[in-house]
Amino acid sequence: MGVEQKLGNMGVVTTSLETAVNWARTNAMWPMLFGLACCAIEMMAAQASDYDMSRFGMELMRASPRQSDLMIVAGRVSKKMGPVLRRLYDQMPEPKWVIAMGDCASCGGVFNNYAIYQGVDELVPVDVYVAGCPPRPEALIHGVLTVYEKVKAEKFKDLAKG
Amino acid sequence: MDKKLEPVVKALQDKFGAAFEEFRGEVHAFITVEQIIEALTLLRDEHEFELLSALTAVDYWPQESPRFHVIYQLSSLAKNVTLQLRVPVNGGQPKVPTATRVYDVANWREREVFDMFGIEFEGHPDPRRILMPEGTEGYPLRKDFPLGYEEPQFTFNFEEIDLRKPYAKE
Amino acid sequence: MAQIEEVSIEQYKHLVSERALTGETMLLNMGPQHPSTHGVLRLLLELDGEVIVNAIPDIGFLHTGVEKNMEAKTYQKAEVMCDRLDYMNTVGNNLSYCLAVEKLVDLDVPERAQAIRVVLTELQRIASHLVWVGTFGLDLAAMSMFLYAFRERELILDILELCSGQRMMTTYIRPGGLWRDVPVEFEAAVRNFIKIFPKRVDEYENLLTKNPIFLDRLLGIGKLTKETALSHGVTGPSLRASGVNWDLRKARPYSGYEQYDFNVPVRTEGDTYARYLVRIQEFRESLKIVEQALNKLPMGPVRSDNRKFVPPPRSEIGVSMESLIHHFKLWTEGFPAPKASIYSAVESPRGELGVYLEGDGGPKPYRVHWRTPSFDNLSVIPKIVKGHLVADLVGILASIDIVLGDIDR
Repeated sequence: MGVEQKLGNMGVVTTSLETAVNWARTNAMWPMLFGLACCAIEMMAAQASDYDMSRFGMELMRASPRQSDLMIVAGRVSKKMGPVLRRLYDQMPEPKWVIAMGDCASCGGVFNNYAIYQGVDELVPVDVYVAGCPPRPEALIHGVLTVYEKVKAEKFKDLAKG
Repeated sequence: MDKKLEPVVKALQDKFGAAFEEFRGEVHAFITVEQIIEALTLLRDEHEFELLSALTAVDYWPQESPRFHVIYQLSSLAKNVTLQLRVPVNGGQPKVPTATRVYDVANWREREVFDMFGIEFEGHPDPRRILMPEGTEGYPLRKDFPLGYEEPQFTFNFEEIDLRKPYAKE
Repeated sequence: MAQIEEVSIEQYKHLVSERALTGETMLLNMGPQHPSTHGVLRLLLELDGEVIVNAIPDIGFLHTGVEKNMEAKTYQKAEVMCDRLDYMNTVGNNLSYCLAVEKLVDLDVPERAQAIRVVLTELQRIASHLVWVGTFGLDLAAMSMFLYAFRERELILDILELCSGQRMMTTYIRPGGLWRDVPVEFEAAVRNFIKIFPKRVDEYENLLTKNPIFLDRLLGIGKLTKETALSHGVTGPSLRASGVNWDLRKARPYSGYEQYDFNVPVRTEGDTYARYLVRIQEFRESLKIVEQALNKLPMGPVRSDNRKFVPPPRSEIGVSMESLIHHFKLWTEGFPAPKASIYSAVESPRGELGVYLEGDGGPKPYRVHWRTPSFDNLSVIPKIVKGHLVADLVGILASIDIVLGDIDR
C-alpha cells in the first residue's frame, strides 16, 4: 500500500547522480546539537511535540561535530565563544552548511557592544539567515527548508572547485 | 528605617564610626576598606546576616578619590532585613581585602568585580578573570572603557560597511 | 580572531589535587559544547577513574555585556536587554527591572496591572520549570518527558503571545504598568490551562516520581547542606530543598503577592531528588496563585497615569496636544531618575533575582547590576560533585537548573 501501487513496478529509475546525491543529503541532514542562548530553546521547541522537525528528516541531533552536516548557530556569539565555534566548524566534515538562527547570530541583534560578534558571518560562512528574536519554530523550519533548496541546486563542479 | 535594623546600625556606628544614608527604606552604611572584613564578620556572626546577596562595584570616573564604591548587599533570613555596605576605594591601584573567608559566594563575585572593574582582592585564592577571555585588555564596566558600538548596516550605508566587514572564509 | 588558549596543568595548579600533577588522576574537559551542560558551560574535571576529584567550572562563553549596554540606553529602552538575560524567565526579568525602576522614581502601579503581572510571572515560572523537567528527564534518559513538557509549554507561550505578540521576549510589563490591557480571549485561555494542567503534572509524576531507575540515579546524590547553600548564596528551589524556608514572594511580597494563599514547598534532604520534588510541588502552587489572581482580577487602568514617566494611551494622542508632547518627550529623551541607588529583588524560578539600579539624575541608568541566581547556584557545584561519578554530575547540574544566559549576563 504505497507508492508502488500508484506508479507500478519501478525497477529502473533514471536520474542524474547529482540529483540523487543532493536528494539523499537533504533527507538525512544531521544538525549539530549546539545551543548558545535564547534561540536554543526555540530550537528545542522546534524538535518537540508541537512542531516536530523530524517531519523533515532532522530529528537526529548529533552532539559531535564530526557526525554532523548542519550547524545551527542558535544565539549570540561572545568573544570567548568565537574561537570555539570556529573550531567546531572546522571539525565538521565536508559538505557542511550553517544556519545563523536569530538576530544575534545574524547581525548582533540588540547587543551592539564589546562582548558580542556582530554577526556570526565574521567567523564562519553562513548559508541561511533566520530573522527573529528569537525566531518562531516555524521560521527555523523554513530556514532549514531553504537550506534544502540550496543543497538541491548544488552542482558537483562548483563543490569540487571549493 | 526598619525597627529590626536599629541595633545593627548602632553596632556599626559604635564599632566602625560608619556613616549612613537612607533612600526609599534601604539603608546604606559606609565602611572603610580596612574595616570591611571585620564588619562583615560581625554582621554574619552576631546579627544573623547569613546571605551575601550581591557583591558588585560602581565606577565614578573621572572622580579619583574615591573612584569606586564596592557594594556588599546583605540579607538576613532570620530577621528578614537587608543592609547595604558601601566601601569607597581610590583609583590608581584599587585594592580591597577578600571576603572569601567570610562568605564562600564572595569567591566568584570578587572574580567578577576584578574582571569587570580591575579591583584587586588581596588574598583571593583564585584571582583569574571569570567572564572575559584570558588576555583581554582593560576592564569593561569601567566608565572609561568604550562600549564597542559598531555602526549598523542600513540601505544607505550597506555597501560601505559591507566592504570593511571581516567576512569569514571557508 | 583570537585562538583557543592551550590549557596546561600549570594554570590550574592551585585548583587541582597533587595527584593530577603526577599524572595519577586525569584532567578531562567537558564543554563548552556538550549536550548536558545546558548551554555553553565548560567544566574541567579531575577524575580518578570515573570518580570526580575536582570540578572547575569555566564560565563566560555567553558573556553579553548586558550591564554595560544598559548604561547606554534610556530606562525604557534598556528594558529589552533584560528579557534576554535569563531566557527561561523573560516575564520575571521584566518584572524585576520594572519594580526597580518604579522604586527608583517612586511610581505607583494600578491594581489590575499588578494582578496581570502576577498571572504572567507565575505562568512563566511554570514554563521555566517545564523546560527544566523536560531537560532533566532528557539528561537522565527519560526522553519522553521532554516531549510532554514542551507540549504544555506551548500552551503558556500561546498565552504570552496573545498578550504581547511575542512568544518569549515579551517586554509586556513596562515601568508603570503594562504595555496594554490583555485581550478578551486571555481569561478563557488561562482558565483552559488551569483546567488541564493539574492532570498533566500527575502524568509527569506517574512517569518519574516513583520510577526505580530515576530514584536510583537521584537519591542521596549531590547533597547540599543548609550551611554550604547559604554561604554560597544559593537561593530558590535549590535552597528550599536543603531545608530553608525562604521565598521572596512570602518574605518581602511585591506586586500584591501578600493577597494570595500559597505554600512554599520545603524539603530537608538536600539531594537531587529533593530538588526535583520541590519543583514539581511548585507547579501546583504556582497554578494556585494564577487561579486566585485571575478570580479577583480587578477592572481598571493597566498603566499609571503619571505622564512624567508613562506615555499616554494611543487614543489620547490624536486628540490632545499635551499627550502628543508627553509621548514625544518620553520616547526621545526618556524620564529623569534621581541621583540615588536602590536594590530590588524578586523570586525567579531559580532564586533571588536582584537588580541594583543607580541613577545620576539623567534619563539613563548610571549603573545596572544583575544579581542573577544561577551564578551563585553554579558556584556550589565544585563542592557537591566531589566523590560522585561523572554520570551523576549530569543529574546534579540539571537539578540545580542553571541557565547560562543568567550566569554570564
